[in-house]
Amino acid sequence: MKREFDNEKKLYTLSLLVKDIPGVMSQVSRLFSRKGYNIESIATGASNEPGVTRITIVIKGDELMIDQIAAQCRKLLPVLAVKVLDADSSLQREVALIKVQADDMMSRGEIIQIAELFRANIIDVSRDALTVATFGTEEKVEALMNLLQEFGILEVVRTGTIAIERGRSTIYDQTKLKEEYNYGKNVL
Amino acid sequence: MKIRATQAIMECLLEQEVDTVFGYPGGTILNLYDELYNYRDKITHVLTAHEQGASHAADGYARSTGKVGVCFATSGPGATNLTTGIATAYMDSSPVVFITCNVTEPLLGRDSFQEVDITGIAMPITKATYLVRDAQSIPSIMRQAFAVAATGRPGPVLIDFLKNVTAPTEMIDYEFIPWYENRTWGSVRELSESHGLKAPEPDHGDIDKLVEMIAQSERPLLICGGGVVRGRAHKEFRTFAEKLDSPVAITLMGGGGFPGGHPLTTGMIGMHGSRASNVAVDRCDLLIAVGCRFSDRVALNPNTFASQAKIVHIDIDRAEIDKNVLTDHHIVGNARRVLELLNERIGQYSHPEWKEQILSLRREREEVGEDDSAFSPKQVLETIRRMAPKDTIVATDVGQNQMWTIQYFHFDYPGQLLTSGGFGTMGFGLGAAIGAKMAHPDKVVIHTTGDGCFRMNCHELSTVEHYHLPIITVVFNNGTLGMVRQWQNLIYDQRYSETTLDRGPDFVKLAEAYGLKGCRVTNVREMEAAMAEALSCGCGYVIDCMLDIDEMVRPMVPGGGNITDFLLS
Repeated sequence: MKREFDNEKKLYTLSLLVKDIPGVMSQVSRLFSRKGYNIESIATGASNEPGVTRITIVIKGDELMIDQIAAQCRKLLPVLAVKVLDADSSLQREVALIKVQADDMMSRGEIIQIAELFRANIIDVSRDALTVATFGTEEKVEALMNLLQEFGILEVVRTGTIAIERGRSTIYDQTKLKEEYNYGKNVL
Repeated sequence: MKIRATQAIMECLLEQEVDTVFGYPGGTILNLYDELYNYRDKITHVLTAHEQGASHAADGYARSTGKVGVCFATSGPGATNLTTGIATAYMDSSPVVFITCNVTEPLLGRDSFQEVDITGIAMPITKATYLVRDAQSIPSIMRQAFAVAATGRPGPVLIDFLKNVTAPTEMIDYEFIPWYENRTWGSVRELSESHGLKAPEPDHGDIDKLVEMIAQSERPLLICGGGVVRGRAHKEFRTFAEKLDSPVAITLMGGGGFPGGHPLTTGMIGMHGSRASNVAVDRCDLLIAVGCRFSDRVALNPNTFASQAKIVHIDIDRAEIDKNVLTDHHIVGNARRVLELLNERIGQYSHPEWKEQILSLRREREEVGEDDSAFSPKQVLETIRRMAPKDTIVATDVGQNQMWTIQYFHFDYPGQLLTSGGFGTMGFGLGAAIGAKMAHPDKVVIHTTGDGCFRMNCHELSTVEHYHLPIITVVFNNGTLGMVRQWQNLIYDQRYSETTLDRGPDFVKLAEAYGLKGCRVTNVREMEAAMAEALSCGCGYVIDCMLDIDEMVRPMVPGGGNITDFLLS
């Protein structure tokens, strides 16, 4: 049977495991720019394996397009694994640092209150500004930013979404698909 | 043992049994060429007229031998001149290791003289690129580069050495390890272990499923793609086709993967494919494509392609599955191994009615013939086919000359046809012919080209002359960019915008200027005489065939159309 694809455009999360070698980020990101797609967010960091980096990319598109980009990613030599994560079966979080204007006691107090409600932390205080650090889903970060807007947001830094699957399954799981991609990369 | 870094580079080439390299020296690669001077009795270097010619020659060498081709160039413009050749090799999965040198480490990234980020430029058109900043890593990178180029889905790899890494004072530890041993050793082993790679053994369940599908099929069709050629799976493919008793359509890249004159072949498939091939695609109930990527020149309209059929895709590259055409079943693996397993499992089938239905279309086409009064491309090619040995290697350029050559010649073994399929590189042919002739001095090598293509890289005639390579160049000289004109004629209302090539040079005089022989021909008799001289003269020879400007490639299906909607029959 031929595969069928959902052609509704929505946000997809791609989780990649890559070797930490020069050029690997540009190799991965060019696959998106090649097709003229804009990456919503990209987050990179170490994994639990030495020399292996985990990349999380959020992109808007339809299923066929995501499937093709994932295929091109999987084919790259330094790419060890790619998983397309959906909202139901994965946990998605991000960190945001928000610098808010706070010239007087009143607004400082209010900002601290709002931060507490969101379980965010005040990580820097000065006479005229506060920096709030929050960790949560994209919606939570957006909601907090909306509330802080009225005080005057000076600067925002967001990590972009990172994601992990619920339950026991991991990106390391050996699958037939992974093995099939390895044939094309075989060096034996 | 401590040896010079450059010496290690040469030794690593010898580990891979490289005896011929193509290239062009320059400032940053001087150290490498200085070392090459010490190795000149072991490694033959072919100096081309232009780096692009060297890149195509290394590619042609690789395609015709199945070994890895090697090409050298200097930094900056030397390296960028390779890019068309690298992309050509990449699109057709040809294993070539490109070696360039860059400026010294302190000058890197400062827009120094002849500096360019070639590893960055080459990234989208290679399987891997390596920037070598540490001389100690030379052996492991060289071994990995060759392994990557040659295995899995083959393709080009680029290694860029910083000039200081190649300094004569750089000494490194080195031990000679032949390629068949270093594949399971050191960095290559690390690479395979990190991927958990095993030798590619196709999934037996997938094979069994196809065996079942075959048993249920009444109208099977096989497509022989470039993977059969690259994987040298021609014997297994032939056995499979004969057991299946199914018509075989051949893609452009599949030429040589299945004998062109075999009773089961329907000829080429796609835009300029035969009626038999294209109608077979439309009517078959099971389409088995081996090592073919359903490019837009084959599956012109992916939505209607083989609409009555279950499509089965056999390929080594999983990323090709469901990329251009959605499939019903796939087997990932090396073509030869997959076919071996299939051959063990299937019995002898017989599909006489289906075969008759399809193969009769082929006969009709051959019987029609063409008007014999004017000098035609068919006459040129028939004359060559009659006079040249059967195992002649043919390198084509791109456009009408390419299509005619592939339609009229029969290719019988992998590496016999060298053509730029995926990238469609004008000017590919002469370089490729040089590479093939270096690898096969005993075989006749013919380069078919058009006047447009030939003008692009005809300076390589100097290479043909210098190395005494008796390559026969046949120019289909119609005074126009024929394929583009054909489109302008059929689709653009005969507005021949910038395609008429009413200009020099005189190709016969050009051949003579390069110290070669040439002849202008206007009919079959002259063509025969020219071919006879070309085959016996022992030097490069240019046959300038004067053809009508409005010759067309037939049949033709327009891009994006249904495969049987012939614009020209």
